[in-house]
Amino acid sequence: MLTKRIIPCLDIKDGRTVKGINFVNLIDAGDPVELARQYADQNADELVFLDISATEQKRKTLADLVLKVAAALDIPFTVGGGISSVEDVAILLQNGADKVSINSAAVKNPALINACAQQFGSQCIVVAIDAKQIEGQWKVHLVGGKVPTELDLFEWAKEVAERGAGEILFTSMDHDGTKEGFANSALAQLSAAVNIPIIASGGAGKMDHFVDTFTHGKADAALAASIFHFGEISIPELKEQLKQQQLAIRI
Amino acid sequence: MEVAIIDYGAGNIRSLQFALERLGVRGYLTSDPDQIINADQVIFPGQGAAQSAMNKLKRHGLDQLIPQLKQPVLGICLGMQLLCDYTEEGDVEGLGIIQGKVKRFSNQLKVPQMGWNTVYETQTALFQNIKPDEFMYLVHSYFVPILSETIAKSTYDQPYSVAVNKDNFYGVQFHPEKSSKAGQQLLQNFFNLSK
Repeated sequence: MLTKRIIPCLDIKDGRTVKGINFVNLIDAGDPVELARQYADQNADELVFLDISATEQKRKTLADLVLKVAAALDIPFTVGGGISSVEDVAILLQNGADKVSINSAAVKNPALINACAQQFGSQCIVVAIDAKQIEGQWKVHLVGGKVPTELDLFEWAKEVAERGAGEILFTSMDHDGTKEGFANSALAQLSAAVNIPIIASGGAGKMDHFVDTFTHGKADAALAASIFHFGEISIPELKEQLKQQQLAIRI
Repeated sequence: MEVAIIDYGAGNIRSLQFALERLGVRGYLTSDPDQIINADQVIFPGQGAAQSAMNKLKRHGLDQLIPQLKQPVLGICLGMQLLCDYTEEGDVEGLGIIQGKVKRFSNQLKVPQMGWNTVYETQTALFQNIKPDEFMYLVHSYFVPILSETIAKSTYDQPYSVAVNKDNFYGVQFHPEKSSKAGQQLLQNFFNLSK
């Protein structure tokens, strides 16, 4: 049976992990490779690396990092953050990334999704969508949720699937950081609207939230950052609990 | 031991090379027929679309070469699917080593199937020391139905072939290089076939 995936997300700046990492047994908490390996050992199903640096060296630093991660890791990983061209995608895939996540660039230039899917296959193209509710309507936002657009979340999700995205990473800006649970009704509506896998992101605070997003939210995977990095939720314990709730989980 | 990884422009070869390095196996990427024929073992990777993959194989004459290989050959993902004689993906003829038609998953399902699925009813030395119902990582939209050559199954909406074997040809739908320790064991088992 296909299992639900648990995906820790690492924020990367200039080749180092940022935002507090409070992990025992880490020699260098800033080293993404060491942290990645630790998560792989804990049976994380996948990893996401989100590059938030804005330097000119960004592309090269990220490519170098991807190479190091691919050498060390034997589980799949996705790389995102500022990817804006077919060439960007090519470099990351050639260096060993399994998937790339495209966000703002897909909104600004939707044909980029088609071009990437045709050249590399849908299986490695994730479209990340950040959205929040404005007067009861889910609207897509850009630049890490700062810039609103007129795009409706569900219409945009259908469009990216038609253009060849293999997966959608949906972050609810309304839920992100609240630790009060994922945006399950929007997630369930997304799952009904498209037939590609959906990764739930934003709002994880306790183990029950993961149960809810896999059952009520119909999510195929759930992503979280700080609760894993700070050890508030341990992945082995989380997966054990999910399994006890009769969810398909890889242990 | 030297392992030829057939180079025809398929995606994410780097991870496969790293997986071989972790096992201490020397793998080289090549499209040169002499090098492929003389390798101890051959890996036939694959990702992306069937049509363009077959076109690239033909351009190098590899569509004629691969079926004649005598050493152990391992097709991975699309590489496994192309061992068959036909795929619905792009209405394309494969290498014809295994008689079987590759089909697309139903539109009632989420496609691609993406993630870790259990692998059961495993057979042959390829699955030695891999426990029953082990999880492997899969990403695919098309599948090989159950055939007489099936040596392992998975179930999405229905059971399908997650591994096949005919003579010296093996194919796995999952990515062993991305399937943690179980995937590493499978690659080791493949390399042990020559010993």
